[in-house]
Amino acid sequence: MRIPLSALIGLSITSVYFFCAIFASWVAPYGMAETVGDVWEPSRLGFLLGTAPEGTVDAQYWLGTDQIGRDLLTRIIYGGQTTILIATTATILSFTTGSILGFFAAVSGGWVDQALSRFVDLVMSIPSLILALVILSAIDVTVVTLIVLMGLLDSTRVFRLARAVAVDISVMEFVEAARLRGEKIAWIIFREILPNALSPLIAEMGLRFIFMVLFISTLSFLGIGVQPPMADWGGIVKENKDGINFGISAALYPAVAIATLAISVNLVADWVLNRTTSLKGGRS
Amino acid sequence: MHPILKLVAQRLSLGILLLFAASALLFGLTEILPGDAAQAQLGQSATPENLANLREEMGLNRPALTRYAEWIGGILTGDMGNALSNKLPIGEQIGKRLGATMFLAFWAALISVPVAILLGLVAVRYLNRWPDKVISGSTLAAISLPEFMIAYILIFVFAVKLGWAPSFANVPPDMRLLEKLHSISLPIAVLTMVVLAHMMRMTRAAILSVMQSAYIETAELKGLSSFEVIRRHAFPNAVAPIVNVVMINLAYLVVGVVVVETVFAYPGMGQYLVDAVVKRDVPVVLTSGIIFSAVYIILNMIADIVSILSNPRLRHPK
Amino acid sequence: MSNELKLLSTKVTAGTMTRREFMSKAAALGVTAAVASTMLADAAYAAGPVKGGTFRMGIQGGESTNSQDPATWSSDVPIAGGYVWGETLVYPGPNGLEPKVAESWEGSNEAKTWRFKIREGITFSNGAAVTAEDVLATMQRHSNEDSKSGALGIMKGIGSMRADGDVFELSLAVGNADLPFLMSDYHLIIQPNGGFDDPAAAIGTGLYTLETDEPGVRMTFKKNPNHWAANEMGHYDTVELIALNDATARTAALQSGQIDSMSRVEPKIAKLLGRAPNIELQTTSGRGHYVFIAHVDTAPFDNNELRLALKHALNRQEMVDKILQGFGSIGNDTPINEAYPLFDDTIPQRSFDLEKAAAHYKASGHDGSPIILRTADGAFPGAVDAAALFQQTCQAAGIPLEIKREPNDGYWDNVWNVQPYCASYWSGRPVQDQMYSSAYLSTADWNDTRWKRPEFDAMLLEARAELDEGKRKEIYSKMGRMLNEEGGVMVPMFNDFVDAISTEVQGWETNPNGAQMYWHAFAKTWKA
Repeated sequence: MRIPLSALIGLSITSVYFFCAIFASWVAPYGMAETVGDVWEPSRLGFLLGTAPEGTVDAQYWLGTDQIGRDLLTRIIYGGQTTILIATTATILSFTTGSILGFFAAVSGGWVDQALSRFVDLVMSIPSLILALVILSAIDVTVVTLIVLMGLLDSTRVFRLARAVAVDISVMEFVEAARLRGEKIAWIIFREILPNALSPLIAEMGLRFIFMVLFISTLSFLGIGVQPPMADWGGIVKENKDGINFGISAALYPAVAIATLAISVNLVADWVLNRTTSLKGGRS
Repeated sequence: MHPILKLVAQRLSLGILLLFAASALLFGLTEILPGDAAQAQLGQSATPENLANLREEMGLNRPALTRYAEWIGGILTGDMGNALSNKLPIGEQIGKRLGATMFLAFWAALISVPVAILLGLVAVRYLNRWPDKVISGSTLAAISLPEFMIAYILIFVFAVKLGWAPSFANVPPDMRLLEKLHSISLPIAVLTMVVLAHMMRMTRAAILSVMQSAYIETAELKGLSSFEVIRRHAFPNAVAPIVNVVMINLAYLVVGVVVVETVFAYPGMGQYLVDAVVKRDVPVVLTSGIIFSAVYIILNMIADIVSILSNPRLRHPK
Repeated sequence: MSNELKLLSTKVTAGTMTRREFMSKAAALGVTAAVASTMLADAAYAAGPVKGGTFRMGIQGGESTNSQDPATWSSDVPIAGGYVWGETLVYPGPNGLEPKVAESWEGSNEAKTWRFKIREGITFSNGAAVTAEDVLATMQRHSNEDSKSGALGIMKGIGSMRADGDVFELSLAVGNADLPFLMSDYHLIIQPNGGFDDPAAAIGTGLYTLETDEPGVRMTFKKNPNHWAANEMGHYDTVELIALNDATARTAALQSGQIDSMSRVEPKIAKLLGRAPNIELQTTSGRGHYVFIAHVDTAPFDNNELRLALKHALNRQEMVDKILQGFGSIGNDTPINEAYPLFDDTIPQRSFDLEKAAAHYKASGHDGSPIILRTADGAFPGAVDAAALFQQTCQAAGIPLEIKREPNDGYWDNVWNVQPYCASYWSGRPVQDQMYSSAYLSTADWNDTRWKRPEFDAMLLEARAELDEGKRKEIYSKMGRMLNEEGGVMVPMFNDFVDAISTEVQGWETNPNGAQMYWHAFAKTWKA
């Protein structure tokens, strides 16, 4: 099996991020909440790239310091831990719940489909940000409640997609045939529907992962995300955003981290997508 | 009765039921929130006396069910009532805010939907070649940045540095259309970037998935050019998932733009609803909530109908 | 030297020299920036205000739930708007009370009777004449039994009120030398018939009249040519207030010239913003302060040794440096600072002393269980960071302080004045009496430290009726020392108001009562 270059890049960046996230306390040069310097010290990276303000001799910190003088690299490494943990688990939760229920609704049809679909419509018809705002101001915000809330809210989106795809498939001849053979619903879902619905789902999975990252960021932006001094990448962007208007790049680094992670995850998703499509269609 | 009409009728009646369910759910949620509108209004300057007086005036002393029933009664007779917090008529306020939201959503959709679909088609046509890679990569990068980050960067570059566009969106009713568009150019740009990638990628994936079908191979063997194949055979069969994702994103443009509204100080529905949640202004929360629900339900119904129309097997159920 | 500079300063006013050039010239001549700045302002004054134009303020704190009813006000945008279309009897200016609707006032009978003479010939924006009855009705609406006003707390204790010709008269059970200051509360805008008919009509006696009002978005105003001081104040033709709640958006709007003035500059970007061309920073040290408040009647905070331990473990200077970026001053565990009249600056400053903190902690005999400090982002700007810094210094002194972040939403209902130890802020009051009456009198509704000392109450009432300033100062000093030693309030810092304006805006003066010249920038400034 030959891995294309783009997938290779995606895989390696993704694994570096996951590695840093898992081993954050070993990789990070300072403690998570430790103030080491002055506010918004220039970055060494900027100095090496020649983008540092004039007169800067050298800088001590690779990415400079944040809005209260913590090492930004350290913050980003720990922030990555939070972001990746929450986004990954919430995506898994959302996909398992959403796609299984979606397939089930499509294959069962009738009142089961109606009941599930209308319930999902009900939840989806209230904007998820508003729902999250209301729910999170009534309960204790912890990493677990965040994951469960985000996962379940998002699973409604997956449900709709999974159902739409599966409805198209379930009227195909081979599914009819399976039904006539008297196969159980679970068999139809996992053996007939799932393999055929995989490609749009995988394409969506990469995107949903990014949306999860962005959703935590938005919650942090509105002040109801993870508890300080912990921070997710979006939270770090938010903490440092006031510097943007003055050309201070501290907020850009976590944003770049989000963007590169998103692109790499999706490069991997694309590759998997291509592999699955070439497996079944015979088209190269 | 024509099956499609029957379906629309079914969906509409279901939709109305759904609206009630959504309002009840929202009401329940706002009831479990700590604090009430009187406390939220007085904040740090509350004393037991003025708190009690304000509760009395707002009618918060009455049982929850009574208040809910009254609100439902008002809605059914077309009277949305007044806000608890500033006593302004909710209908009029929502009229203005919804207009502003729709105006922004309309222009963002007008740009993003055709561009997304076109880019999706181009990406499939040049699958795995450089146009595909450039399109996929750049849309991904755009979608991966938090909305507020994109907004701040655009403000920094186009408002602060270049001075081409205003940094906050000011749209008084008497403004001319062109001026309004200039005023909201940055929010439109942000929203377009946010929804474009999702729609483009789903278009690409959906067409790709159809492209594996046998009839596409037949079409190709017929000697049709690859763009013709996509346009005449693949695209029509990929319509269902595309319409689905377009509708989700249109709904997002209407109901999900709180952050963009905050950053650009744009007087839309999202900010109205968030303020109402914070101030515990339940009638406003409920009324704007069901308007959002209605928008969502209608868009979804359109998506469902289009998918049924586009699939002959679904069009003629056995 | 100073003559040369004076000459130069007129050049700036005339527009032949930039402000920046002038400042560097002044620095070269050895004049401090503050002095140079004053000279410029004087020169601008001498040249006289320029009439016309629009003043656009970007203000934090506007919601779509805002109303024009003064009784409901608690956030900045409606308060600022209220001062544009309306006036109170008197207004706390930079040099004491200024007459507004009341032309003059006098107290008699040991400060138990107060008579406010209503300005002759003034009218509301609807054309009706302002009478003492209107004033009376206004005060009644904010103080009667079914009042929903935010001013109800300060209107307590007023015995009877009546209108007597063109005089509004108040009688008190206990004398209060500072009563006129109470009448300057922003809720007490004088309205026709007190606003009983239509509280949110926005009809008042202000320099401008309300043209458009979009709650939580903007208000626009037009000059009121009939105002009694229309020639001396209100130089702009129109005024716009724009609600810009996001700090970055507000800054960008000022930088791109969409607004002329902004409130609440984030301390961390203040210096950067001040360096931007065409923007000037305006800082005002005021009476607002950030606090950690402990209920003195609740364990473990009922133990003064423990309170002293916590007070000594507060690194006030670090907080001023890191949380306020130097835009503020350190506190001394009383709500009073030098911005108040009759402040006693001889009260010794509490030191940051970990050894003393440890000793007091040991003396308190606390069992070592965690001491929980509740905080929220909205408790005051930087409250969570401040709590984190406090925790670190406490840890160094061996005090087991633990932070719990509460949601912003509902913080003032469920945490403040409810939980025994939390972060909060006070915006300060014009006079000591009002500050102490608001939060340190046994019967005060907002007694958020549960400070109930009969001897303290007695001193407060004594000072209130005392007309001799020397004696009052002495009493206030005793009260300050008492709170400093035993109170439940821990005051790490007093925050400055940091505003930023376009350099086009002339005639700025500071007012310790609040931001934006206590919301009167629209009335007294002009654009060059």
